Amino acid sequence: MNFNLRDAGADFWAKANKWQRYVIALAVIAGLFALPLLQNTFLNTPSTPFVSVLFFPMGIYVLMALGLNVVVGKSGLLDLGYVAFYAVGAYAAGILTTHTSLNIWEILPIGIAAAMFSGLILGAAVLRLRGDYLAIVTLGFGEIIRITALNSSSIGGAMGITNIPNPPTTFGLKFDLDNPQNYYWTILVMIIITVLVIRGLAIRRPGRAWESIRQDEDVAELMGVNTYKYKLWAFVFGAAVGGSAGVLFASKSMFISPNIFTYNVSILILAFVVFGGMGNIWGVIAGAMILSYVPERIRFISEARYLIFGLLLVVMMNLRPDGMLPRKKREKIGEVKGVQSE
Amino acid sequence: MDLSILVDQFASLTFDGISLGFIYVLIALGYTMVYGVLRLINFANSEVFMIGTFTTILVSTTLFNHTISSNTLTGVKLYYTLAAMLVGSMIVSGLVSVLIEIVAYRRLRSRTTNRLTPLISAIGISIVMAEGIRILTSSAPMGSPRLLEKTILATVWGGDIRLDNVLVIVSGIILLVTLDLFVNKTRLGKGIRAVSMDYDTSRLMGINLNKVISTTFLVGGLGTGAAAFFYITVYEVTRFSIGFELGLAAFTAAVLGGIGNIRGAFAGGIALGLIEMYSSAVFGTQWKSITAFVILVLVLLFKPSGVFGESLQQARV
Repeated sequence: MNFNLRDAGADFWAKANKWQRYVIALAVIAGLFALPLLQNTFLNTPSTPFVSVLFFPMGIYVLMALGLNVVVGKSGLLDLGYVAFYAVGAYAAGILTTHTSLNIWEILPIGIAAAMFSGLILGAAVLRLRGDYLAIVTLGFGEIIRITALNSSSIGGAMGITNIPNPPTTFGLKFDLDNPQNYYWTILVMIIITVLVIRGLAIRRPGRAWESIRQDEDVAELMGVNTYKYKLWAFVFGAAVGGSAGVLFASKSMFISPNIFTYNVSILILAFVVFGGMGNIWGVIAGAMILSYVPERIRFISEARYLIFGLLLVVMMNLRPDGMLPRKKREKIGEVKGVQSE
Repeated sequence: MDLSILVDQFASLTFDGISLGFIYVLIALGYTMVYGVLRLINFANSEVFMIGTFTTILVSTTLFNHTISSNTLTGVKLYYTLAAMLVGSMIVSGLVSVLIEIVAYRRLRSRTTNRLTPLISAIGISIVMAEGIRILTSSAPMGSPRLLEKTILATVWGGDIRLDNVLVIVSGIILLVTLDLFVNKTRLGKGIRAVSMDYDTSRLMGINLNKVISTTFLVGGLGTGAAAFFYITVYEVTRFSIGFELGLAAFTAAVLGGIGNIRGAFAGGIALGLIEMYSSAVFGTQWKSITAFVILVLVLLFKPSGVFGESLQQARV
């Protein structure tokens, strides 16, 4: 298996000139914006409208997979409680829309800040632990958040929060049940922003620090990388992305309850990251798109989706631990070029 | 916060806590022994427990044709039925545990140095098992026929000593003493201790690693299977998510006592059983499931090597 699609793509991109790059990027983005046009083709999903599927699960899960990829893929910190940040974002939206007159666009930064704050608290406490303990403690954190929400009657308890308002009409785009494409375009914009930020960070100091922590934390520390600080950064960044997904999800579904934010969601997102290729943005996006779409398209898989995703984790780890599109082998391409084209 | 329940029922909470603690200790073996040998959190052990609880019930309902409404048994019939349930659960759990090692971990040991890889594989296999059972049972809980009459043997300080709790504690002690003898006195036990002291050196010394590791998983699975039988005897109901609920508490017990340390797991399990019972009396049972997590976080933050210290060899000098 010498052919590596990721490296081939990176080589092609490195050879293309500026104009070719603009044309390709614009074509891809335009294609993605036009996806709702495909709603009555063979891609159509049997139980939910195709355009809604584009937003949830596909868009939300791609966004969350990108956030978790920074934590698990880029920095090598196994977070099994990622759903907690999604829940914090969703509950921030649910509580603030029903108790104040703020609209979703005003709440979005508050929800992100709340998720970042919870990420900071959790990260500050647990990031000094060894890698495998980190997995268990983050899992516990996810459960603590869920059970606390379940047992707190002031935020709805097991009933959750209902009647969360849709976002107001913005730039002439109406956000309601009849116009799911507007939600899709919103999340697409957020995904593009997230990708740009991650790419921006990856070629700068934080990206190099994460990479060094992933490869060998002790050596990174010896080389003068403040590993604790950058691990915390990765954690908080991942939390911010998860929180933003939560806010948007709450405003679209109009209803949230603790049962939505289970451990299985964390595992689902982890499966997307592992399947696509830990550390590689494009692999993770492709993995999340495929794996969240297929169970919607094929009813049989939808019943057993967690079973299949669990199996996928085992098979991938045994046969192709780097994922379908592995992260680029920096050592092969050479350091200077590798850093620039990441 | 309501301290009156704690004060009124202190004795019976203590007895229940100790019997729950023994169940935790036996499950914790599956975590702590594997961690000692492979330095790997055996995530799938919680699902081994889940399989064990279902096996226990299935032995009594299919092999002996008992139903939920069956009468309790007495005399010899009771003894051999319970023995069959215990042995059945232990054998099936032990084999499942060995199988998990072969399917999910063995290939990875020689191929990768990345610590995340076996961990993700372990999470994957545990999801597969829990979901497989969820689909097979249609998410419904499965009740167990009550075969053992829960007679009250004595009342001490206002707390009832029930027969099922006594059974758990007595057989738990017998199993743990047997395990301690096995690890300390036999040749294979010596192999397990050697591998947990130094993986690479023991291989150089000619220890058959695969055999030792399979034995470790087998012993861990046997303990977990016994715990599953005791759990069913006391609580009489199971469902697909039981592994997730109890497995993590048992893992906490292992960490509390110092993971990798068998005698530490004993102390950690009993301590956790008691803490859970007392705290659910004070804060209400709906918070019971996060007690373990909170303790886990506190232990890892302030004393990551556990109250009794990590590693197998320290405890057995």
